[in-house]
Amino acid sequence: MSDPAASVKLETRNLDFHYGTTRALKNVSLSCLANKVTAIIGPSGCGKSTFIRTLNRMNDVIPGTRLEGQILLDGKDIHDPDVDVVDVRRRVGMVFQKPNPFPKSIFDNIAYGLRINGTRERKTIEAAVERSLRRAALWDEIKDRLEANAFALSGGQQQRLCIARALAVEPEVILFDEPCSAIDPIATAKIEDLIHALKKSYTVVIVTHNMQQAARVSDLTAFMMLGELIEYDATEKVFTSPSSRLTEDYITGRFG
Amino acid sequence: MKTSTRKKIVQTVAFIVLRGCLYLVLAVLLLFLYDIGKKGGGAISWEFLSQAPRKGMTAGGIFPAIVGTFLVTVTTALLAVPLGMSAAIYLNEYARQARLTRLIRLAIRNLSGVPSIVYGLFGVILFVNIMRFGTSILSAGLTLGLMTLPWTITASEEALKTVPNSYREGALALGATKWQSIRTNVLPYAVPGMLTGTVLGLARAAGETAPILFTGAAFFLPYLPKSLGDQFMALPYHLYIMATQHHQIQQVRPLAYGTALVLVAMVLGMNMAAFVIRFRLRRKRR
Repeated sequence: MSDPAASVKLETRNLDFHYGTTRALKNVSLSCLANKVTAIIGPSGCGKSTFIRTLNRMNDVIPGTRLEGQILLDGKDIHDPDVDVVDVRRRVGMVFQKPNPFPKSIFDNIAYGLRINGTRERKTIEAAVERSLRRAALWDEIKDRLEANAFALSGGQQQRLCIARALAVEPEVILFDEPCSAIDPIATAKIEDLIHALKKSYTVVIVTHNMQQAARVSDLTAFMMLGELIEYDATEKVFTSPSSRLTEDYITGRFG
Repeated sequence: MKTSTRKKIVQTVAFIVLRGCLYLVLAVLLLFLYDIGKKGGGAISWEFLSQAPRKGMTAGGIFPAIVGTFLVTVTTALLAVPLGMSAAIYLNEYARQARLTRLIRLAIRNLSGVPSIVYGLFGVILFVNIMRFGTSILSAGLTLGLMTLPWTITASEEALKTVPNSYREGALALGATKWQSIRTNVLPYAVPGMLTGTVLGLARAAGETAPILFTGAAFFLPYLPKSLGDQFMALPYHLYIMATQHHQIQQVRPLAYGTALVLVAMVLGMNMAAFVIRFRLRRKRR
């Protein structure tokens, strides 16, 4: 697209997704570029959350669903029989809509991913916890109370904790599923700054129903409607001169 | 009358009725405990708790029955706790929520409503006769275990359902396997509730007569059971005999009340323990 030198990190080809008899994604082909932020916007129920959850196979856990088409991570289909779903999810991290800290201490929340992946040495874990919290811009606020319960944090801090938790396992891609919809504007600004900073090291995909947010944080924007990818281009292009009438109607607020 | 005033009156009346119901239930319970305490309190002594019955059960104590009930309850727990919790984990976390699973769940709910005497007869056939465990602690404990299982499973499943799905998804998204997410991020928060339900079920089993009637409880034993293959005396069965089957019912009535008091105290004690466990574990999580 705007930057031909950027390489494709994660790509879907002719992706179809069904909940029982409902077809939630229709032939979606989309490439997420390395070290770019890709935003996915669209009205409620357009399939954007379904789409992002296919990228780390989180929809596997929902009974009665079916997926067709390909999802390629570094060119390798993540549904290939020799690919371990656990490995996919470690490489493709996810931050959920509602902050979901575990009812453990702040430290144990961050350490969780390392521990389940087999890291035991206290020193390694401590270093990773500090590094992740710094990257999530949370270290200075909470460095003195790492043993406090994560529920004691504010909503915005909890969400940054969840980002730090995702970063701790060193993923390559980070998926954000409407990360700010349950958070106040000031905390939202912090998370947007964070997303902006994260793209230096990671490939970022963010679903949002907030168009200003998409315009602020993303390099590329995809517009989806009723399970179809309507338009996908550089963010600036999508918001200033969209090629589809549907996109234009949506971003100018005529519906949705 | 203004609508707002009327609404307030309706609310006040509703509160009074609801509170009345609560007090009524409490009153019945307290009256019950008071009656047993008053009539049985006199029989309680160190001798009563530590000696075997003497002189055709008109004197002496209930020590063998206390030991028997304890041993049977432990056997019950050894079957019902691991099996019940595992079944609940499978049903709630692994089983596909299809028609068969719903059918199994319905069957479990129905099993908890089967009268205890039916479990008793089933236990005779399966454990005493077919599996040849004889009338023994083992047969009785397994029978009570079967009876308790539906309660354990249902209570454990309810406890698992209270763990938010975001804990499971959060763990999976970090690269946890399904079992890792369950073991480290679901069970720790479900176990207090699972234990509470389980102990309540065990307390109920400890007080049952019908399931042990034919499977191992003895009318009178001059000695304590030496192995799981022995017969035993049990508090509820002993009480049943003292209250209805003894040839000098008037004379042994205080002993019967004393036995009832010990049994009720044991069951209440277990129930209290369940709440203490839950309270402790909950507080530790905070």
